[in-house]
Amino acid sequence: MTTTNGTSGCTARREQRPLPGLARPALSRVAMELRVFFREKDQVLFTFAYPVIMLAIFGSVFSQDIAPGLSFSQYFLAGMVATGIMLVSFQSLAITIAMERDDGTLKRLVGTPMPRAAYFLGKVGMVLVVGGVQVAVLLVVGATLFDVTLPGEVGPWVTFGWVALLGLAAGTLSGIAFSSVPRSGKSASAVVTPVVLVLQFASGIFFVYSELPEWMRSIAALFPLKWMAQGMRSVFLPESSAAREVTGSWQHGATALVLIAWTLGALVLCLRTFRWQRRDDA
Amino acid sequence: MTVRGLRKDYAGAAAVDGIDLDVAPGEVFALLGPNGAGKTTTVEILEGFRDRNGGDVRVLGHDPAHPTRAWRSRIGIVLQTPRDQGEVTVEELVGSFATFYPDPRDPVEVLQTVGLGEKRGTRTRHLSGGQRRRLDVALGILGRPELLFLDEPTTGFDPEARRSFWNLVETLSAEGTTILLTTHYLDEAERLADRVAVIVRGRVVALDTPERLGGRDAADAVVRWVEGGSVRSTSTRTPTALVGELSARLGGEVSELQVLRPTLEDTYLRLIEEQR
Repeated sequence: MTTTNGTSGCTARREQRPLPGLARPALSRVAMELRVFFREKDQVLFTFAYPVIMLAIFGSVFSQDIAPGLSFSQYFLAGMVATGIMLVSFQSLAITIAMERDDGTLKRLVGTPMPRAAYFLGKVGMVLVVGGVQVAVLLVVGATLFDVTLPGEVGPWVTFGWVALLGLAAGTLSGIAFSSVPRSGKSASAVVTPVVLVLQFASGIFFVYSELPEWMRSIAALFPLKWMAQGMRSVFLPESSAAREVTGSWQHGATALVLIAWTLGALVLCLRTFRWQRRDDA
Repeated sequence: MTVRGLRKDYAGAAAVDGIDLDVAPGEVFALLGPNGAGKTTTVEILEGFRDRNGGDVRVLGHDPAHPTRAWRSRIGIVLQTPRDQGEVTVEELVGSFATFYPDPRDPVEVLQTVGLGEKRGTRTRHLSGGQRRRLDVALGILGRPELLFLDEPTTGFDPEARRSFWNLVETLSAEGTTILLTTHYLDEAERLADRVAVIVRGRVVALDTPERLGGRDAADAVVRWVEGGSVRSTSTRTPTALVGELSARLGGEVSELQVLRPTLEDTYLRLIEEQR
């Protein structure tokens, strides 16, 4: 066999081309996240069906009106929209990122020149799409099957928009931060789910918030879900219902402040504590 | 790549205890050593995955304790993570990773190169162990790395897959890629590596070409043959002379003649044994 010197030309290093910007890697990550999400059929079903099933159960069990002309379904829809936002942001990210840290996905990504922000933007894009679809499903089902009235004016929908976006932001960043708490990918679901469930009970999702014991309310008021639910009530309940809130008003200012505070606090926590490798591997 | 006095402690005990290495551009360098000797720790420090407790390390002129995107784009890492990203297809995964690099290879070409051209549309969790490993390699070489880390790349391969993997490594090496290989297979190191370092308990105990490692080339050869129905063997420094002598004495062909030199495996096992 003869040896050629054809390889020597390849050893000269090419000129270093500029690194790709953030846009392409981030879009590519969004596409990957959506593919992965929609291919986990059980996860898709659970995410979209859970709020609808809960709406069906609670709407049927509590068939009396909670106030003249106000059905429990109407009250409950607001809470379920808030819950749905928390599920797709906080719960799904806290669990999936813990699993991705455990199975080496994160380590593989951080070993490439991917801008680290692209990973998080991928998650944000996924949460926005999935959250949007989920809320839309819930509203359509509520309006068609459970006779829930949707607001007919622009004002409440503006409120809906900012509460949903701030809620998604707070839930997304808290979820990313909380993903470091479970010790392994396997335990992630068991660690995260009870946190979400307890918050749902304490935040007045399943029961009328103002009828909960005061100690429970004061704990719930520290967390975003209570404020998201209250913000959503201001969208889906008539203006007169504000009087039945604990303070007698919707507290939009406080809602915005708490959600922004959680977003910024969780961001700081993410920046300081986020790990790309397992604890036993760094 | 230069490494001077590299140290890494875990819980007070030194896992890497003062390692010096130099790997030249274009070289294929193999790290050998028993499990727990500090190979993976060393490699992960060089890859920028772990910090170190001491020593001076330069990889492509850069300290891997502070990895930058530009530096990452010049190295390729073949990880041992067999379970991640199970729900995406081979082509989707490689296509997505290609967007991270300044000058990536064509994803389809890379998959052809590693022999996964037929598996492009398969979800990664349906790949066999060997196919999964080749996908890891595809991701490692996607960005045209100047330096490629291969950590036990052929563990679990069948002999045929291993041969084709070796050919791939030789092609990459011929293209000028520097390769740092860890392996448990001595035949793999012998076939691929220009130089070999043996690490035992966090220290380099031998470093040379595979042919000369541990004085292998200077060791006595054993000549073995069959004469008068029985096996004879002699240990000698001059096997050629002995074979000539035998041939003359026995009239031409010597029955079942063998000239045996210590294999890399013999040498390696002796080096490990000496450290106990």
